[in-house]
Amino acid sequence: MTKQAHPQPRSSHGAQPDAVRAPAGGVLAPADWRDFFALTKPRVMSLVIFTGLCGLLAAPERIHPILAFTAILCIAVGAGGAAALNQWWEADIDAGMKRTAARPLPQGRVTRSDARDFGVLISGGSVVLMGLAVGWLAAAILFVSIIYYAVVYTIWLKPRTPQNIVIGGGAGAFPPLIGWVAATGEITLMPVLLFLIIFFWTPPHFWALALFVQADYAKVGIPMMPVVAGEKSTRRQILAYAVLLLPLSVLPWWIGGAGVIYGASAMVLSLAFLALSVRVGLRERSGPEDSMRPEKQLFGYSVIYLFALFAALVADRFLPL
Amino acid sequence: MTRDSDPKRTRRSRNNVLGLLLAAFVILVFAISIVKMN
Repeated sequence: MTKQAHPQPRSSHGAQPDAVRAPAGGVLAPADWRDFFALTKPRVMSLVIFTGLCGLLAAPERIHPILAFTAILCIAVGAGGAAALNQWWEADIDAGMKRTAARPLPQGRVTRSDARDFGVLISGGSVVLMGLAVGWLAAAILFVSIIYYAVVYTIWLKPRTPQNIVIGGGAGAFPPLIGWVAATGEITLMPVLLFLIIFFWTPPHFWALALFVQADYAKVGIPMMPVVAGEKSTRRQILAYAVLLLPLSVLPWWIGGAGVIYGASAMVLSLAFLALSVRVGLRERSGPEDSMRPEKQLFGYSVIYLFALFAALVADRFLPL
Repeated sequence: MTRDSDPKRTRRSRNNVLGLLLAAFVILVFAISIVKMN
């Protein structure tokens, strides 16, 4: 990676007073419950719940449905708490980006301190409940994942390095590992492979997005790969990660941890992922009016890819073949 | 998503949601306790 100077992000955390909602009458309006719900990034949470559930269901051992529900609830709430802490820290950055400007903090619908307290409360609660109800190993990994996202990624890496997504991708890779450990109580090779699949999936997923919203990232000084290393380098790296993802996604079948349904699905899905990445990796933007269709298609497909891959893993466990 | 402009209604709806969540949490803790005892 070439290290280049980049502008400092506009995260003037703590430098501004809490945003307040002061309507025409001058009375502070209370935050709506939907604003707090929005702080948890529900759309991201759906992927977290799904991959966590798949990790739990694909594990070779079963736990009581109430405990399984609690484990998934804790994973979801922990992720929501980390998302709230992320938005607390990045309120200024979010305000400067079209994609995030409508979030509760930039809009002043929730105060910064409320967002921070909400994030700490539900994150901490989810770890304690996971430990007491399910197991302390799963709780410890959940705790690490929250710290990884809220501190290592949000506060430390994201504003400093264009490799933020690569290392920070680990935060989103934890849910299937936690789900698996919640069911079995131990860490084995299979859940580590599931972790690695999401870890290697994250850079092409986010960089495809970054390619068509890079002006936003440049505006707020976040050193995303296209902004710092340029489009050409980003496209090559998307391709490199897609090439690595192909054998990695098939590995659970190859080591005998998953059956033929998963193996065949992983091969087909990853080949399609690679084909779309080749289109993105080998092209150049035709000009400022370029619709960036291949990049948008890769981004959209990458979400479907992860859902389908993990669904295949669970189908493989439950369907006799 | 529509939002109430009346602060009283907003606060009431927020309290209702919080109450429901707390009730659900208590039921969940009871259920976990029963599972753990068996």
